[in-house]
Amino acid sequence: MLYLLPECESVIRDEGQKAYPNECCGVLMGLIESETKIVKQTQAIHNAQKDSEQYHRFLITPEDMLAAEQSARKLGLDVIGFYHSHPDCPAAPSDYDRDHALPFYSYIIVSVEKGVAKELTSWELAIDRSVFLPEKISKEVQ
Amino acid sequence: MIKVLIPYALRAFTERNAEAEVNGSTAGEAIQALADTYPAIKAHLFAEDGQLRGFINVFAGGVNVDKQQGLDTPIADGGELMIIPAIAGGSDAPELTNEEIARYSRHLLLPEIGVEGQKKLKAAKVLIIGTGGLGAPLALYLSAAGVGTIGLVDFDVVDASNLQRQIIHSTRDVDRPKVASARDRMRGINPLVNVVMHNAMLTSENALDIIAEYDIVADGTDNFQTRYLVNDACVFLGKPNVYGSVFQFEGQASVFGAKDGPCYRCLYPSPPPPGLVPSCAEGGVMGVLPGIIGTIQAAEVIKMIVGNAKPLVGRLLHFDAWRMSFRELKLDKEPNCPVCGANPTIRELIDYEQFCGLKKNKEEEPIETITAVDLKQRLDSGERIQFIDIREPHERAIVKFPNALVMPLGQISRRMEELDPSAVAVFLCKIGQRSILGIKALREAGYKGKMLNLQDGLNAWARDVDRSMPIY
Repeated sequence: MLYLLPECESVIRDEGQKAYPNECCGVLMGLIESETKIVKQTQAIHNAQKDSEQYHRFLITPEDMLAAEQSARKLGLDVIGFYHSHPDCPAAPSDYDRDHALPFYSYIIVSVEKGVAKELTSWELAIDRSVFLPEKISKEVQ
Repeated sequence: MIKVLIPYALRAFTERNAEAEVNGSTAGEAIQALADTYPAIKAHLFAEDGQLRGFINVFAGGVNVDKQQGLDTPIADGGELMIIPAIAGGSDAPELTNEEIARYSRHLLLPEIGVEGQKKLKAAKVLIIGTGGLGAPLALYLSAAGVGTIGLVDFDVVDASNLQRQIIHSTRDVDRPKVASARDRMRGINPLVNVVMHNAMLTSENALDIIAEYDIVADGTDNFQTRYLVNDACVFLGKPNVYGSVFQFEGQASVFGAKDGPCYRCLYPSPPPPGLVPSCAEGGVMGVLPGIIGTIQAAEVIKMIVGNAKPLVGRLLHFDAWRMSFRELKLDKEPNCPVCGANPTIRELIDYEQFCGLKKNKEEEPIETITAVDLKQRLDSGERIQFIDIREPHERAIVKFPNALVMPLGQISRRMEELDPSAVAVFLCKIGQRSILGIKALREAGYKGKMLNLQDGLNAWARDVDRSMPIY
């Protein structure tokens, strides 16, 4: 289960619309309590993919990731996942997403159709890396 | 001891520990020691061949060890390592089905295209403007190649005179809308392609809306006003414009509007005066020629979609079918181009008919026209009428008009004395366009007699008056 505050969700949707027709990307910072991940904050990250590929690819460089890890730790949080947009594509992970993912992270995907953010989903990679499993999103912290 | 900071995702394998203390003197030894302590982490750090996974990065002293000595980077006692995953992802074109793999096998065998390239073709949306001589091979080959969505723009219907070169249309398609005829043929070749028909003329009003839906435009138009319209719209929308044009035995191809490449206006800032360059309908075209140029355009479209090829950006390919020779001209982006230059003066679509001089100038005395039917009536009433056939000898060999004075355009002014200003003179050509130039030339030379232009030319006479005459 992933708790996503409405303000975090709207930031992700805005980022997806701003980046359209390219993909946006960023990190989810938060905590884990019992089996629940809580997104406390998001941080947009520059899509390091080359321009011509940005319409269907995003890349967070290890340097940007290091910086995100460090700023999360300063806030007493962890990087617990990532978000990215799928311009004019469904909010479902691609094979490419699966090949480049790690388990336990939450992967939020927002579908942006013709510049308007639509469906928003979250996914977790199975431990054996075989498949992405849908993760339930809740908008209220209990 | 070396401290290894564990990212969140890997803590499930380190008993939820965010840090681990391990022994070692290099980055590699420390990571190996971590894997020995927590064996479950191994599969996520190392690929089957024992190398670190491509997206796993190790930072020592805040710097990626890739930029130091790799896994041999020495780490002092008490030093700190961070394991940092590089995160990538993105939407993918849908997978290829077995049916598609069988169909596109010869593309998949080319490493430059392969499965990834074919998936890009499947996801691509290409707009073909005009389904005539150039549009025919474009539509046929792009369908066969598996371009997922192909839009067709054409307002015309198939005419018998199209069949000599527009090989997408069949004899039985005469009088059908070209987009419908083309769609049927494309479906026959590849039912997996989504064909979108725009049975309309491309105008300044609809061009941006239509083109915005596509990734790449292939320009197969036969006139200057549409060519400038397509160019400007593509520049404004940032879409590559794969250009081709043909006349008689010569053709050109290039890719305009690509990032950092020139546009059509960099090459031709303004159109030629109307009438100077005849259309294919007047000047003729070798039927094979648009087949060759359109096929070159299709190859460029496919290359632009697949990527990593050398496209015709910044190069103009010139082809002469009569001499059978290709030449390549270098094209530079014009810094002062009014559309794509640093300080553009044209920022929205304009009136392209006016730009190309096709709108009548109010100051100029209008050219009087007469329809074929009216002309027949005046002739039958016994009026004395002089006919001036301004066509070239090879055209008169196709069909002659009886009792006409033969005066090719080049001779008309110096043979003015052969005309009788007291009788009306009617000027004839194939479609009533070049005859206007004949009237203008005589007017300039000072001819005072009454001059009429036969509207739509001899083809109208054959259609409306003398059905025994051929239309060409």
